Amino acid sequence: MNSLKMTPKIVREDCLEKPDPQALRDAYGSTLVKLGEKDRNVVVLDADLSSSTRTSMFAAKFPDRFFNMGLAEQNMMGTAAGLAKGGKIPFASTFAIFASGRAWEQIRQSIAYSRLNVKIVATHGGITVGEDGPSHQTAEDLAIMRVIPGMTLIVPADAVETGQAVEAAYRHQGPVFMRLTRGKFPTVFTEDYEFQIGKGTVVNEGEDLTIFACGLMVYHALQAAKILSEKGISARVVNLSTLKPLDRELIVESAKKTRAVVTAEEHSIIGGLGSAVTEVLSTAFPVPVEMIGVKDSFGTSGQAEELLKYFELEPGDLARAGLRAVERKS
Amino acid sequence: MATPAQVENLRKIAKGIRINILKMLNTAGSGHTGGSLSSVEIMTSLFFSEMRYRANDPCWEGRDHFILSKGHAAPVLYATLAQAEFFAAAELSQLRKLGRSLQGHPSCVSTPGVEVSTGSLGQGLSMALGLALAVRLDQKPSRVYALCGDGEMQEGQIWEAAMAAAHYGVDNLCAIVDNNGLQIDGPVAKIMGIEPLWKKWEDFGWGVQRIDGHNLEEILDALATARQIRGRPAVIIAKTVKGKGVSFFENKVEYHGVAPSAGELKRALKELEG
Repeated sequence: MNSLKMTPKIVREDCLEKPDPQALRDAYGSTLVKLGEKDRNVVVLDADLSSSTRTSMFAAKFPDRFFNMGLAEQNMMGTAAGLAKGGKIPFASTFAIFASGRAWEQIRQSIAYSRLNVKIVATHGGITVGEDGPSHQTAEDLAIMRVIPGMTLIVPADAVETGQAVEAAYRHQGPVFMRLTRGKFPTVFTEDYEFQIGKGTVVNEGEDLTIFACGLMVYHALQAAKILSEKGISARVVNLSTLKPLDRELIVESAKKTRAVVTAEEHSIIGGLGSAVTEVLSTAFPVPVEMIGVKDSFGTSGQAEELLKYFELEPGDLARAGLRAVERKS
Repeated sequence: MATPAQVENLRKIAKGIRINILKMLNTAGSGHTGGSLSSVEIMTSLFFSEMRYRANDPCWEGRDHFILSKGHAAPVLYATLAQAEFFAAAELSQLRKLGRSLQGHPSCVSTPGVEVSTGSLGQGLSMALGLALAVRLDQKPSRVYALCGDGEMQEGQIWEAAMAAAHYGVDNLCAIVDNNGLQIDGPVAKIMGIEPLWKKWEDFGWGVQRIDGHNLEEILDALATARQIRGRPAVIIAKTVKGKGVSFFENKVEYHGVAPSAGELKRALKELEG
């Protein structure tokens, strides 16, 4: 066992010892099938990547409600908007860079400005896409989705949260962008966890520092908290899986309690989770903040594990940032 | 077939819409004159003969859907919707004004009767395709219409949508191209040629008709023919005159995005009202 104070019931108490890696996109695919069985209005679109995004599971079960739009992401987003206008609940999927980047203005005008009920679930986000390299990696998607008015932006931490977040997105009225990844993530949450749009979750309690994280970085933050605890620093770890709308109350409350903050994301430090947190804290309760993320650069080919090391996104990097933030406390 | 009396009635409506376009643009002091005037007969035929809708219940489930993909022609849409009583005609004088419903380009958030927001070109046809697929899934008889510009044919997304609509064989979708031949910077043929446009659509798998876009009988016939096309979407390439109806605006690229001045409005109304 470890010396952490992980939130009972909702966090797997042995998650650090037994990571139980699961693919988020598998959880997406199976949840889609569940939703498809429940509601005939659920329709799914993909841009020739259905076997990778796992929308192929839905396609196999409900071929008449699955639309492969070919390699045409802009038209896919527009068609999804039209389907939503016609009363359907469309889920549109492709890789995160193509979903967010190639079709950004279609998402802005056809979906968000029109306030249409489209769910964009993008897989292969971040740099852990790995070997395919910079063209297929993305450290920019969260920034460019977060800036769109009315967009709900979700980055689940594990497969359990992914399944719940997909269901929550289905129930939510309005556009949603959800970022999933290629690789398998350790499982942080138990089945007792309840995801809620706009709510952050304390996954480990601590007094000296708060680490705000999303995606894979939540697990890394727990590992960092363990490293820090061995140095006598107790770190609160908060899963901020909803980047928008942001849980301002929890951010400010955490800053007031611990007076030092680290943000950690598999994304550029420009415009993503770190920016969102500092936008709140700089006006509401300024404290020292250290930001972990991709430092304004493109990705590069390599294995996921190598890339996490290369881009300084490992638990040790988070822990060192924690020490710096604590040192900066006045 | 429309009777001569019905066509005459449509002609009167078209004239009223044309006058309202000019008045609202003059009051607003900015906006797109040429491409609004070129679409008047098409819009009149759609809203006062072809389409089923309920102005007092814009979200009526049984309605036909219209999307103005060439969103800069918002004035012709607004004048048509006001004529159809989606909202009071008095609102037309509030075009482009802060805090009012008639945005510079169509907004479904603020204006009754506007199905989806457009303005950034090339996006409307994809949304029309989505609507057509939704309607087909629900086995409803509704049809979906999208009015595009010819300059808009330069947008890649149009051809993505063209490919997909034919692939999915949506025969409840009808696109109309307002082929007025001009775009902001000059003649379409000079800026970025799109011809032979009919052949492009045909090669993409659509049922193509070519008509005079100011001849009401031809428009009504083409819309009726489009309804009969099975297994593929329909496109009507409507040859039009930019600035149609006002002699000194006709075929003038300068009036793509310029509103009539007070003097021009006076002269234009004199021409139209005779």
